[in-house]
Amino acid sequence: MSEVAGDPRRELRDNELEQSELAALLLRLWSTPSGWLGRLTSVDHKVIGRRYILTSFAFLVLGGLLAVLMRLQLSGAEQKLLSPDLYNQVFTMHGSTMMFLFAVPVMEAFAVYFVPLMVGTRNIAFPRLNAFSYWMFLFGGCFLWIAFVFNAGPDIGWFAYVPLSSLQYNPTKRADVWAQMITFTEVAALAVAVEIVVTVFKQRAVGMTLDRIPIFVWAMLVTSFLVLFAMPSVMIASTTLILDRLVNTHFYDTASGGNVLLWQHLFWFFGHPEVYIIFIPGTGMVSMIIAAFARRPVFGYTMIVLSLIATGFLSFGLWVHHMFVTGLPQLGASMFTASSMLIAVPSGLQIFCWLATLWDGRPVYRTPLFFVLGFFVIFVLGGLSGVMVASVPIDMQVHDTYFVVAHFHYVLIGGAVFPLIGAVYYWFPKITGRMLSETLGRWNFWLAFIGFNVAFFPMHILGLIGMPRRVYTYTPEMGWDHLNLLSSAGAAVFAASFALLIANVIRSLRHGELAGDNPWGASTLEWATSSPPPPYNFSRTPVVTHRDPLWADGDNLRVVAGLSVERREVLLSSIADAEPHTREASPEPSIWPLLTAIATTIFFIGSIFTPWAVVWGTPPIAVALIGWFWPTGSKEDEE
Amino acid sequence: MALSLRSGLAVAAACVLSSCTGWQSSFNAQAAQSEEIKRILLIFIVVCVVVWVVVMLVLLFGLTRPKGLREQPLDLRESFEHRAGSVILIAGIATTITVLALSVVSYGAQRTVFANDPSQVTVKITGHQWWWEVQYQADSPHLSFTTANEIRVPVGQPITIQLESADVIHSFWVPSLTGKMDLITGQQNTLQFTAKNPGVYRGQCAEFCGAQHAHMAFTVRVLSADEYRSWRDHQNQSAASPSDPLSIQGEQLFRGRGCGLCHTIRGTLAGGQLGPDLTHIASRESIAAGTLPQNPGNLAAWISDPQHIKPGNLMPKMSLRSHEMIAILHYLEQLQ
Repeated sequence: MSEVAGDPRRELRDNELEQSELAALLLRLWSTPSGWLGRLTSVDHKVIGRRYILTSFAFLVLGGLLAVLMRLQLSGAEQKLLSPDLYNQVFTMHGSTMMFLFAVPVMEAFAVYFVPLMVGTRNIAFPRLNAFSYWMFLFGGCFLWIAFVFNAGPDIGWFAYVPLSSLQYNPTKRADVWAQMITFTEVAALAVAVEIVVTVFKQRAVGMTLDRIPIFVWAMLVTSFLVLFAMPSVMIASTTLILDRLVNTHFYDTASGGNVLLWQHLFWFFGHPEVYIIFIPGTGMVSMIIAAFARRPVFGYTMIVLSLIATGFLSFGLWVHHMFVTGLPQLGASMFTASSMLIAVPSGLQIFCWLATLWDGRPVYRTPLFFVLGFFVIFVLGGLSGVMVASVPIDMQVHDTYFVVAHFHYVLIGGAVFPLIGAVYYWFPKITGRMLSETLGRWNFWLAFIGFNVAFFPMHILGLIGMPRRVYTYTPEMGWDHLNLLSSAGAAVFAASFALLIANVIRSLRHGELAGDNPWGASTLEWATSSPPPPYNFSRTPVVTHRDPLWADGDNLRVVAGLSVERREVLLSSIADAEPHTREASPEPSIWPLLTAIATTIFFIGSIFTPWAVVWGTPPIAVALIGWFWPTGSKEDEE
Repeated sequence: MALSLRSGLAVAAACVLSSCTGWQSSFNAQAAQSEEIKRILLIFIVVCVVVWVVVMLVLLFGLTRPKGLREQPLDLRESFEHRAGSVILIAGIATTITVLALSVVSYGAQRTVFANDPSQVTVKITGHQWWWEVQYQADSPHLSFTTANEIRVPVGQPITIQLESADVIHSFWVPSLTGKMDLITGQQNTLQFTAKNPGVYRGQCAEFCGAQHAHMAFTVRVLSADEYRSWRDHQNQSAASPSDPLSIQGEQLFRGRGCGLCHTIRGTLAGGQLGPDLTHIASRESIAAGTLPQNPGNLAAWISDPQHIKPGNLMPKMSLRSHEMIAILHYLEQLQ
């Protein structure tokens, strides 16, 4: 095709086409190329989101199996199933996998899949970065697990305190594997955070003003900011640890003026917001599910959004409560008691708003709502035990005991995993086009609920009667064996509930009832398109006039016309009022993100063995990035 | 729900029962500090249980109360929205007041726990992978002495514990006496407790410190002032010289096999600093940091294969013939 200068060829826009013609053109334009090589080039947020979800659930299964091993070892006094060395690797791998390879990525995965749909756009911002992020996450996770299989799994706890993780006390590569796995997952998480922030700020459907953004999207926006500010702290920590180990710097070497508490400050300055990076998306899911199944909008939208933001800010002021017994000044420590307890206020306000929603709602009892009700029972208890551990004197007794293990499993499993499983039941129809079985779903819920409480409630008492964390065994005269056996039995039931979830997913993928566009009669935009959504998400991008567009306008959503059907295009809108601004080109599929991720992986893994990897590892990354950003000569963005 | 409630009650009952007997339990408070912590622990538990029950009742009632039909999800009643807003505001204020009040309660207890009274007895604890070095501090050096894994203190007076680490971070925790405090590389922390009743209280390392974190226990034996003084005076003495031929042979073997490179026996040439001081090993109740009761059989098992009992610990395996083992055991058993 030839173009004459000064006479730009007029491009075809969507307002000139009939629906069926338009759909066919868009499908050709937005589809991921076929073939296995083609699939590796995908930049579709739904394809990548699905991979992200599946991968993080695979890590959940692996991390869960490690938990089962630990529960077997502790089910009685002086069990010999695991050697101390292996046990220490197992609990470190369990914590690291659950935090870095499951909980954070799975929440980001749901955001990658659903945020663009919920804000009514065709793809996430920076789709190639999104692909890169997934590959980095996958390679980092595989790196950790392959190391574990070869007996080089980290054995220093998921917190890797120095000096235990220093070269002197950990002369093998185990600590390096841990630290570099952090680097992988941090790169992946930061990339997704940037994408989410930009997608939410700039790609919202016309009319989706700040006060019409779905709460899950708000939650992911806040979470993404937490990632942006918290993760650099642990990156500094892991990088300085590697430097200490590899090139003999002295950040944490007390003999040379280093300081071991510096590590704890850096780690927990990340580590506490990390908890909210996991929990805030969970609350976003709760808000969405409650609205859909209580059959009314969530009460107190503004209060919930402000609570999310307040939680985000406060979460940076609590990290010292992980360090109450390190000998910090007492008055300073007690300030962190007050700030830690105060975070109960925004969390409490959210709970009150949900209670009001259910109070006034007309609840429809389906599996997603059951998981949310389970969330209430478990999370409120976990939040209250959190108020207990925020007290310095109480923490002096329960810190690093099974009481704390019970507390944070109540918070994280109750606050994030129960909503997450509810979200799986809720959104599975959208992702696959088929419903999960309701009968199996009920079994799944009750097994999970009972199993969880039997597994973790006794741990509160174990902690109070003296059982410390991270011990591979204990003697019979301690009197801990009955409660441990009970806990292990509960863990078995809890594990069975996940087996049932997997069975339900596999069965329903083939035989599940067809879902239709909006099986739950929910109100947000992801339900306005087909299930599963087409590669282009919406044939015409919607216009939003209400916080609950599908309840207010039914099937007659207004749409925006005028987007190109000759190139991938998304509509950019203004930050506050979501007024249409620009048509922006959205990148084509590309193999370069994968190649860049491979080059980066070689660089990262090489650099735990030799500092020279930083030298010879850089050129391949540069080459891959040049390929990635090679100019394609596309047209300027248009107003 | 009913099921988990019932199991919860059973567990609670078990808790009450075990709290009476536990020798490493926060509920078995035997010192001023641990009593204070137990007091506010109970306050917090009561407040938390009340709040949890109230929230659950509101949830339950909110779900089950009779409700009319609603045609359309957006048909909201203005009156409810308004009223609920006020109720939530009040609940939010109540939450704030509650947590601030709990913060104040907590701070009060914190001041008691860290009161830092002048004390007559100061013990420096140095954490090692995986045992506790115990040094009794005194104004004059000849009154200071070192032992390991077993601490004895007089009842009824404030005891100051100085905490340091020789390697990685550990944590000193005797729940019956007070809360825990970390032993941090490159810094000294202090902790105080005033035991109210004589008895033996168990403690254990509470900060993950490597392969044998699970086997890093110790005991605190609280004695009457007289008993304490006589124990201290005895510990302060050098080791008894071997008197019979077998123990003389044992002492020679102890030196000849290099035991003294790591262990100290005061009054002999053995002056190693890496392992526990063995000057009065026979007067202790356990070996290997609370792992085994101290008796000739366990000592023999430990010396002949420490890696089997506590894999990863720093003590090498000693290949001794049986008559050599007998001599060494005989010598060690003399070290009262």
